[in-house]
Amino acid sequence: MTRLRTSAMIASLAADGQKVTTAPFGHTLARLAETRSDIVGMTADLGKYTDLHIFAESHPDRFYQMGMAEQLLMASAAGMAREGFTPFVTTYAVFAARRAYDFIYMAIAEDRLNVKIACALPGLTTGYGPSHQGTDDLAIFRAIPGLVVIDPCDAVDVEQATEAAANHVGPVYMRLLRGHVPRVLDDFAGRFEIGKARLLRDGADVLFISTGILTMRVLEAATALSGDRIDAGVLHMPTVKPLDLAAITAALQRPGRLIIVAENHTTPGGFGEAVLAQAALHGGAAPMRQIALPDAFLDAGALPTLHDRYGISTKTIVERVKAWL
Amino acid sequence: MRSEHLSNRPAQLAELRIRATRIRDFALKMAAVQGQGYVGQALGVADVLAVAYFAALVYRPADPSWDGRDRFLLSIGHYAIALYAALIEAGVLPQSEIETYGADDSRLPMSGMAHYTPGMEITGGSLGHGLPIAIGMCLGLKRKASNSFVYVLLSDGELNEGATWEAAMSASHWKLGNLIAIVDVNNQQADGPSSTTLGFEPLSDKWRAFGWWVARVDGNDMDAVLSAFDAARALPDAMPRIILCDTLMGKGVPFLEARDKTHFIRIEPEEWAKAIADLHAGAAE
Repeated sequence: MTRLRTSAMIASLAADGQKVTTAPFGHTLARLAETRSDIVGMTADLGKYTDLHIFAESHPDRFYQMGMAEQLLMASAAGMAREGFTPFVTTYAVFAARRAYDFIYMAIAEDRLNVKIACALPGLTTGYGPSHQGTDDLAIFRAIPGLVVIDPCDAVDVEQATEAAANHVGPVYMRLLRGHVPRVLDDFAGRFEIGKARLLRDGADVLFISTGILTMRVLEAATALSGDRIDAGVLHMPTVKPLDLAAITAALQRPGRLIIVAENHTTPGGFGEAVLAQAALHGGAAPMRQIALPDAFLDAGALPTLHDRYGISTKTIVERVKAWL
Repeated sequence: MRSEHLSNRPAQLAELRIRATRIRDFALKMAAVQGQGYVGQALGVADVLAVAYFAALVYRPADPSWDGRDRFLLSIGHYAIALYAALIEAGVLPQSEIETYGADDSRLPMSGMAHYTPGMEITGGSLGHGLPIAIGMCLGLKRKASNSFVYVLLSDGELNEGATWEAAMSASHWKLGNLIAIVDVNNQQADGPSSTTLGFEPLSDKWRAFGWWVARVDGNDMDAVLSAFDAARALPDAMPRIILCDTLMGKGVPFLEARDKTHFIRIEPEEWAKAIADLHAGAAE
C-alpha cells in the first residue's frame, strides 16, 4: 500500500488535468485597485501564502506588511477604514478566527467598518494539523452581527466574491482559495451575489445544499450518482451569512427527496447547522443528513487521505449517499 | 483648538487650570447623575485632557468629523466620562447632555463608543485596541498626505495587553511621526495596583527601546504636561512620541485624593455636593 506524504503547506485542491486559475484573489484585487484608489492590501507575514503578493507587486505603495501580528493587522485595518480606505487584509483562517477575534468583533464589525478579511487554509485544506486547519472559522464568524461570511467554491467564486466584497459597504470575511485554484463554475449560469444561493443542478432524489469546496465535491458526486440512476441536485450557498433563507425554505418544500447539507468545516455552529436550524423552523418534513468534518482536532497527513478519512472526498460522499438512500 | 498664548505662558497655564477644573466639575456632575462612575480616573486625567483640547489638538467644535482635525482616540473606554467632560468644555457636546449620562438612549454611554457620541473617534473599552487602531489611522493619514496628528489615550493597566506592544513595534517601524500616545499612569487597575498586578516599570526605558520619543511627567503638573505636549508636537524626527503621565486618582477633591484607591472609588450619595464644592474651593485658592 502506498503511503501518501503530507504535501506543502497549501496543497492544491485541483485534480490532475482540472482547469485551474492561478492566484484568482490576488489578480482580481490588483485589477480592482486600478480603478479603486481606496483599496489597500494588508497582511501579517503571509502575503505570499494568500496571493496578496500579486497585489503587492502591482501596487507596492498600497501594500502594508504589518508583520506577524494579527491583532495589530485587524485593528490597524480598522484605522485605515476610519480614514476612508478599503483594506483587504489577509492571514490564515486560524489566526483571524482564533487570535484576532476581539479585534474583528470590536474594532471592525461593531462600527460596520469597511474591512475585507480574506483568509487562506479554510477548513481541511492543509495537512499540517490543527494549528493551521481553519475548521471552526465559519462558526466563529457567524456569531458576529452584520459580518458577511463567504465560502467560495472555486476560482470563479473567488474572483466574483472579491469584487462583490469590494463593492459591499461593510465588513466581509471571505475564505480564500489560493495558488492553483480549480475552475468549475464557468460551466453554470449565473454569478456570485452576496446572500444569494445558486441552484447549479436540480435533482429529484437528492438535494445537496453545500458551500465552499464541498460544492465542487458534491457536483462530482452528483455526476457519479447519476450513473446509479440517482438524480441529485446541488444548491450552492457561497454566502454563509446572511444565509439565503428563502432559497432553503423553497428547496425544502419539494417532497420526496433527501436533503444533504455539506461543508468543509466541523459540525458545531457551521453552515450545516445554520441550514438545519432554518429547516427545523420553517422547513417541510424532508429527511436530512449532514456531511461535515467531525468535532475533533483533525489529523496531520496527506490531504487526499484526510479527505477520505473525514468523509469529504467525492468517493466517500458517493458511498455515504448510497448508504443513506 | 489651540489658544494663542505663546508670549504669555502664565496666562495660558491659568486658563488651562480653569479648563481642567471645569472638566472635573462636569465629570462629577455626570457621575452624580448615576451615583457612580469612573470619577477617580476622570479627576486624575483632567489636566492632561485640558492640555490636549485647549493647547494641542486642532479641531472644529461644530464639525467634529472635519477631515483636517487631529484625532483623539480614547482607548480606555471607561474613561468616557472624562472625555465627555472635555468635549463639553470644548463645545463639541452641549452642557445640557450632562443629565443624560448613562441613561437609556443617551449619546453618553458609560463606555465610549464611536457611533454614539460626536467627537468619540473609536469604540474603546476592550483594552489594547486603541494603539493598533491608531497605527492604521496614522498610515491612512500619511496616505492622504494629511498633517493631522493622532493622539491616543492609554492607561498603565492597559499596557498589560499584548496588542499594545505589537503596535509599539509597528509605530517605530513605520516611522509614525504623526502619532502621539499618552498613558495615564495612575497605578491602579481592576484588581489592584498596576505595579503589583503586572509590573510595568521601567516604563520610559521600554518605550525608548521600542523606538519612541518619550517624556515622563507629573500628569497633574500643568506646566510639565504642557511642555511635554509642545515638545511632542514640535519634534522634527520621524518617530512616534509618547507622554507618560503620572497622575493622582481623585485629583482636585482632597477627600477623594485621600480615599483608599480602587479602580472604582466609592462615593456616598451625600458626598457628591461636597466633592463639587471642595473642587471649586480648592481651585479658587
